[in-house]
Amino acid sequence: MKVTGDLTARTGFKDTIPTAFGYIGIGVAFGIIGQSNHLSVLEILLMSLITYAGSAQFVIVSMVALHANILSIVLSVFLVNSRMILMSTVIAPYMKKESMVRNIWIGTLLTDETFALSMNKLNYTEHRLAYSWFNSANLTAYLTWFAASGIGGALGNLITNPEQFGLGFALVAMFIGLLYLQIITDKAIRLGIQFSVVGFVAVIMYLGMALIPENILLLLVALLGCTFGVTLKHVFR
Amino acid sequence: MSLDKYVLLVILFSGLVTWLSRITPFVLLKKFTLPKIVVNFLSFVPISIMTALWVESLLVQHLGSLPSLNVENILASVPTVISAVISKNLMIIVIVGVVSLGVIKFVM
Repeated sequence: MKVTGDLTARTGFKDTIPTAFGYIGIGVAFGIIGQSNHLSVLEILLMSLITYAGSAQFVIVSMVALHANILSIVLSVFLVNSRMILMSTVIAPYMKKESMVRNIWIGTLLTDETFALSMNKLNYTEHRLAYSWFNSANLTAYLTWFAASGIGGALGNLITNPEQFGLGFALVAMFIGLLYLQIITDKAIRLGIQFSVVGFVAVIMYLGMALIPENILLLLVALLGCTFGVTLKHVFR
Repeated sequence: MSLDKYVLLVILFSGLVTWLSRITPFVLLKKFTLPKIVVNFLSFVPISIMTALWVESLLVQHLGSLPSLNVENILASVPTVISAVISKNLMIIVIVGVVSLGVIKFVM
């Protein structure tokens, strides 16, 4: 299943299938963990439907289990998801010609994964994105996540350790794949600079882990990576 | 099926802040255009975020000291990267990744 320049809803669905594997693995894991922390299937489903925040949902479950106050939970969720602001800012210019409602709708269901997919897609479409493609990718991810977390919540005690099947690695593998494809196909940034940014981000991530909770560190490291990259690009033009 | 009021409030308010983070740039950038330097800056977001998410999965955090290594994920990354270079196909990369970690967990 090669990525093509096609931007129809159908292709959006097809392009998202590899990601869906990861969503099933992590979504089921989320459901099981939610259930083991005394959330009902209804609560698990509502969280995936309304909050829809991937890794932040795991943070919520652990804080709810401790009966943390609502404000501190909401603040944590905001910090964990603040990288969404960065990703939406990157996508928004590609949706400028679409109506405000469509812009808001694409933003509403944007995730790390559909963001990464769309960035890769740009390299095959002469730097264009289409509403129909993006909406279909977003919906595929959303519904898969919703269904998987419900299944996880319902299975509950039957599977105690969902990680043992290696499915959780699907999303990591996807990021590895998309990172590699991004580096080799993005001709706008020189190869040496791209690899330097990857190395820089890896080192800062490693060192930063000693000091800053990893979920919040992600945003900080991304900002530093961009600063480093833009500086290199400026110096070595 | 129970629905606790506290849990419901957490879900709603967390959903609200997440939604605002996601949509605000879309609303603002419908009217404004970003300056060139910001666009240049943002062009590094994809590789920075993808690298950060990958590296995060290879480490185990212990606040106050350097992280330890997630050996299983590091080992599984090797065939995954190789399959990326050879196939350039996301589906194959994901399958190789999952099977690799499955095999590693089985052996270790």
